[in-house]
Amino acid sequence: METFLGYQRQNGAVGIRNHVAVLPTVACANGVVAAICRAIPEAVPLYHGHGCGRGVEIAMHTRTLVNLGRHPNVAAVLIVGLGCEVIKAEALAVAIAETKKPVEYFNIQELGGTRKSAARGIDIVRRMIDDAARCNRQPFPLERIIMGLECGGSDAFSGITANPSVGLASDWLVDQGGTVILTEDTEMIGTSHILERRACNKEVAKKISRMVADAEKLTHDLLGPLAPYVISPGNMDGGMTSIREKSLGCIVKAGSRPITEVIDYGEIPSKKGVVLMDGPGYDMESMTGVAAAGCQIMIFTTGRGNPIGHPIVPVLKVASTNKMYQHMEDDMDINAGAILEGSPMQDVGDQIIEKVRRVLNGEPTKAEINQQEGIVCLYTLHPAF
Amino acid sequence: MAHVIIINPRDNVAVTLRDLKKGEKLFLPDGRELSVLSDIPYSHKIALVEIPEGADVIKYGECIGETKAFVHQGDWIHTHNLDIEQKKEQV
Repeated sequence: METFLGYQRQNGAVGIRNHVAVLPTVACANGVVAAICRAIPEAVPLYHGHGCGRGVEIAMHTRTLVNLGRHPNVAAVLIVGLGCEVIKAEALAVAIAETKKPVEYFNIQELGGTRKSAARGIDIVRRMIDDAARCNRQPFPLERIIMGLECGGSDAFSGITANPSVGLASDWLVDQGGTVILTEDTEMIGTSHILERRACNKEVAKKISRMVADAEKLTHDLLGPLAPYVISPGNMDGGMTSIREKSLGCIVKAGSRPITEVIDYGEIPSKKGVVLMDGPGYDMESMTGVAAAGCQIMIFTTGRGNPIGHPIVPVLKVASTNKMYQHMEDDMDINAGAILEGSPMQDVGDQIIEKVRRVLNGEPTKAEINQQEGIVCLYTLHPAF
Repeated sequence: MAHVIIINPRDNVAVTLRDLKKGEKLFLPDGRELSVLSDIPYSHKIALVEIPEGADVIKYGECIGETKAFVHQGDWIHTHNLDIEQKKEQV
């Protein structure tokens, strides 16, 4: 059985990175998180814009932040609270500590402001980083891996070169007993009947049907007669006429194996195999949900060239054309555009698989080298109050 | 390098691999010759055959919409002539 070298966590999960994360409960705490991470560049800030002022989303946002803290690539977590927000530091700490990983928290209002809080945070994070450094890589079977699938800044070639090649890597990982997560509901619109055919049972098929129908209804409610064109102007310029056309090219990322489960945004899957996550098409919000679901690695295909990575998950970029790969080579890991020059699809699929193996074992992706961590964007459906 | 790519043998459109100019001749991978009827940007769709009004446009081996008008071989296919309302489900 093929193995990779990962970090064993106290709850049995296996990470491929050994990060110490600094998580604000609310956007108001981002400044203190920044002060801590400026002092300790190895610490990973999980900046976000929420944590308060929301109604129905609070449960989803809490689950997502908790699951980011529980993520296997994270060795220890410091939670920085403000004090008066809706999502409380202590509640996040208790929930994340169920994994038995080191978790600490404080509130800025209780400690007496920015400077005192930053000083306290720096002490805690220094200690956490020293402790995390004692964790060594050990061999684990590939079935422990969850791989998130994304596409962003797509062009007409994303669905012809990059996505079908990634589909070969998805089939490889699922055949090894691992898991892939396909999301971006809006990019499944028009292909529900194809996905339902692949469901492992009727219940999963019904969930797929409902999820895609809800996504379609939402786009109609928001966009009216423009709904069938709900693809970005960039995609349209790139030659995509309809969302079904784009969807067909999107769902191929998940390969061809049976769909075993449908999960909510930011929820951790209970099944292995091909899992669909209910989530938006917007890359940044979608990546947050897939990361919270516990994927240790993400593959992100792009046609127009999107350089973004993720704070705690290595993101492997697959370029759909030679032209863009050469133009943005600093940001791209794999050139699927070689298929347009005559390379067999399987050759590019094998290159992706080989790169995945190396990234699992610690080789940085281009997004990691470029420190393209970005921020945590949480999915929202309703206005703030 | 090919000038167009046909993703699935069932498809009646191909994807252009470079900007095509009106009036130029194209040779398809299967040896068929085709005249380009309008300027078509890189990465867009070109009709491989005549497609009657209201007929399915096929890409990935699946219907991506229906033609709004008669489409000639070599025409550009995009929002101007492709109806994407998707009245028919292909199950």
